Amino acid sequence: MLTTQLLIFLILFPLIVAFFLFLAKKDMERAWIVKLSALAIGIASVYLLISTYNKGALLMSAIPAEPTGIVMFILEMLIAVFILYLGIVYKKWLVVALILVQSAVMLYFELVYAHSIHVQSNLFTDEFSVIMALIIGIIGSLISVYSLGYMKFFHEHHPEIPDRRPWFFAILFLFLSAMFGLVFSNNLMWVYFFWEVTTLCSFLLIGYTKTEEATNNAFSALWMNLLGGVAFAGAIIYLAMFGNGIMGMTDLLASGKIIALIPAALIGFAGLTKAAQLPFSSWLVGAMVAPTPVSALLHSSTMVKAGVYILVRLAPIFQSTFTGYMIAMVGALTFLIASGIAISQSNAKRVLAYSTIANLGLIVACAGIGTYEAIWAAILLIVFHAISKSLLFLSVGTVEHRIKSREVDDMNGLIVRMPKIAAMMVIGIAGMFLAPFGMLISKWAAIRAFIDVPYGFLFVIILAFGSAMTVYFWAKWMGKIIAVTSDSKNIEGEVDHSEWAALVSLAGLSFITTLVFPLLSTKLLEPFLMLNYGHVAQLSQDNIIIMILMLLLLVILPLSILIPQRKHKHVAPYMGGRTTTHDMRFSGSLGVQKKTVLSNYYLHEYFGEAKLRTAGIWICSAFIGIMFIATALRGVFL
Amino acid sequence: MINIVWAIVFVLVAPVIGGLVAGIDRKITAHMQGRVGPSILQPFYDVGKLFEKEQTVVNDTQTFYAICYIIFMIFTGALFFAGGDLLLVIFALTLAQIFLVMGAFAANSPYSYVGAERELLQIMAYEPMVILTAVGMFVATKSFNVSDIAATTTPVVLLIPGIFLGFLYVLTIKLRKSPFDISTSHHAHQEIVKGVTTEFSGPSLGLIEITHWYETVFLLGFVYLFFGFNPLIGIAAVIIVYLLEILIDNTNARVRWQFVVKSSWLIAVIVGVVNLAALYLLSGGLK
Repeated sequence: MLTTQLLIFLILFPLIVAFFLFLAKKDMERAWIVKLSALAIGIASVYLLISTYNKGALLMSAIPAEPTGIVMFILEMLIAVFILYLGIVYKKWLVVALILVQSAVMLYFELVYAHSIHVQSNLFTDEFSVIMALIIGIIGSLISVYSLGYMKFFHEHHPEIPDRRPWFFAILFLFLSAMFGLVFSNNLMWVYFFWEVTTLCSFLLIGYTKTEEATNNAFSALWMNLLGGVAFAGAIIYLAMFGNGIMGMTDLLASGKIIALIPAALIGFAGLTKAAQLPFSSWLVGAMVAPTPVSALLHSSTMVKAGVYILVRLAPIFQSTFTGYMIAMVGALTFLIASGIAISQSNAKRVLAYSTIANLGLIVACAGIGTYEAIWAAILLIVFHAISKSLLFLSVGTVEHRIKSREVDDMNGLIVRMPKIAAMMVIGIAGMFLAPFGMLISKWAAIRAFIDVPYGFLFVIILAFGSAMTVYFWAKWMGKIIAVTSDSKNIEGEVDHSEWAALVSLAGLSFITTLVFPLLSTKLLEPFLMLNYGHVAQLSQDNIIIMILMLLLLVILPLSILIPQRKHKHVAPYMGGRTTTHDMRFSGSLGVQKKTVLSNYYLHEYFGEAKLRTAGIWICSAFIGIMFIATALRGVFL
Repeated sequence: MINIVWAIVFVLVAPVIGGLVAGIDRKITAHMQGRVGPSILQPFYDVGKLFEKEQTVVNDTQTFYAICYIIFMIFTGALFFAGGDLLLVIFALTLAQIFLVMGAFAANSPYSYVGAERELLQIMAYEPMVILTAVGMFVATKSFNVSDIAATTTPVVLLIPGIFLGFLYVLTIKLRKSPFDISTSHHAHQEIVKGVTTEFSGPSLGLIEITHWYETVFLLGFVYLFFGFNPLIGIAAVIIVYLLEILIDNTNARVRWQFVVKSSWLIAVIVGVVNLAALYLLSGGLK
């Protein structure tokens, strides 16, 4: 069957590429392998869309499950030994403990239950999987291409860091392979295997530079994700013991809430750790120490998206249960608190990190609510967030290499200094919070979804406040970029063409997806919702036309700059009547020349990271605790 | 659902009404302060004069942002009066507002910079309440469409009295009235010079003035929505609300931005939770 082969190709091809990249030591070889295989993966994922179009959910049963399962188990154990070794070498006892527990659970499962469990279809694909595959295959590949230029520059300017690029690119493609595996697996043991591989990949990539900070942050990411892994293993063993041996995702979804709720809560918890929800948000912020393409990859198309993917998959189980509400509450509060913290951050990458956490929170909230409208919003958020966020990370990375800073305040006047990249960044930021771009459509969809559920008004109120804060921190950053400084020169220079290709493609995608969003909704999302919920959500025709009108206005208006205008009279900014030089220097009271420096408001007093995060950790931990207790009690009583 | 005629009427008539409202506002304000005050057509003379002046800029991008500001404000109002989706109207309003803020940032000037940051604080202060207002109207009328809300026979204001009061509170911010005129003001007492509009002059300042007229009419239309069940009461309510705003404007000294944000949020949380919860429970949510 063609689709089966295509799925296997998408999982195995990046793996083979990873192997060759590990061997390729020359820049030229690597560049060609990465570019060609990125193209191949991109084309294959688009081809998957075309070939499965209008076919609904497809289950693949033609794969020899037994040998594959054994191979996976052996690899799992090897990974466990590797992590155990590193944990002991670096004296990270928490990691050691978690990996021991996890391996013990899986070993027990393998010895006692595995032989009695048979999953009819190990792989599957439906519209949601295809959407995820497109995100991984297109955005993930673009980020890999971008990394070529970035990593070259990175090592030229950081001679103290050992150049391990073959390793780096190999892990990058291994990551893509694991992500494909994750979204195509129906067998939960397979999902678990790929889940663990993504944990390992992110751990290796975060620790790439091997500095002390990087190593510590990598381990902090590791233990949090291992904790999620333990919960996932718990879900598998629970299903084996009490779940009549149900191990397929589709079977689990069809099995009814009585059996499915406890494993869904456990896997949902694993999803929360991977999606960096409070109290586990710190690993994603810490992951910022890695080279920027890694952040882009973790934040947009892989890792955190695996967390929300699994939650959205399980959403029908969460729908109108107390467990679902608690998960939704954790997501909603994470959205609120992370948006607030983002206001107080002056480092561009940290702003992006908190914004990712916030948006994932919103997706989690939608998944926890679990109605068809909420899932519609959640999938839209996943798509649009992936595009805008990867664009933002990659442009921040390119800027960082030129101005040697990640501070938002140092980006003042970027539109003069680097007009092209600044334009990319503005598109990315606008895509995150302004109408009519995708993220805003999705937030809108989320509001409508929340209103229609019991007690949904609580979520609406949280969303209203969170999104107001979102406007604040994005707009002040955008203002920095578009400030026109009279004394700056254009220092853009030659941007590496692979970096440039990725940036332009992503900026183009932001516009195109907003434009074709009605198609995305009717052709992919609606069939998926119809199949799983029996209802569809959509925007009315009028609203779509209005949004396309807004988009056209936004495209046309900047072109007005091209119209020749009368020369206006130029004056210096008002400085309270002081004599000012053209580069905004003025005489201070003692005759000392001072330079005018404009800095954003960060409002630490109200939105300080330490305070808000501590509060968030306690509150969200409490909600997670309540979720587990309530789920367990329900399991006992029913 | 979308009525193009109303949109066109708004585009053509709103600046006239908005300008007159501004003129009446100035007249009443003058009387409150014991002055005679200018003619009620004075705002039109002022703006006319602005357009006769030479365009002076710090840099050329400012004009671009001013043009975008007015275009999207007209878009917002037109969408509202055409009966469009209330949430989409609010998002379009934010987009318009962001263009003004960008214009202020673009000048790279200290005073307009502070004005821009404060304008953003204002947006952050009022936005939750505005979204909750739309949500409240949806809960009351089961529709987000302005056309349905305006035509409803449900006495919306009686169902969401708390939200109405909360909306009035942030309306003072939106109309740039004291005590909440923290980013720019119609009065002469601004210690941050003219805030967001510091670096705008001549025709582009004229555009911003006209935009404000459009915005005023749009906001008063928003107030009307609470009373859509009875047009007479609705129009009376709009007039009373605006008179109230003038009174507040003239009897209050400006407060710090901290107070603006905190109090608006506090009110939004309280009226949001209480009013929406009450509506939810009354409509049989506990079943």
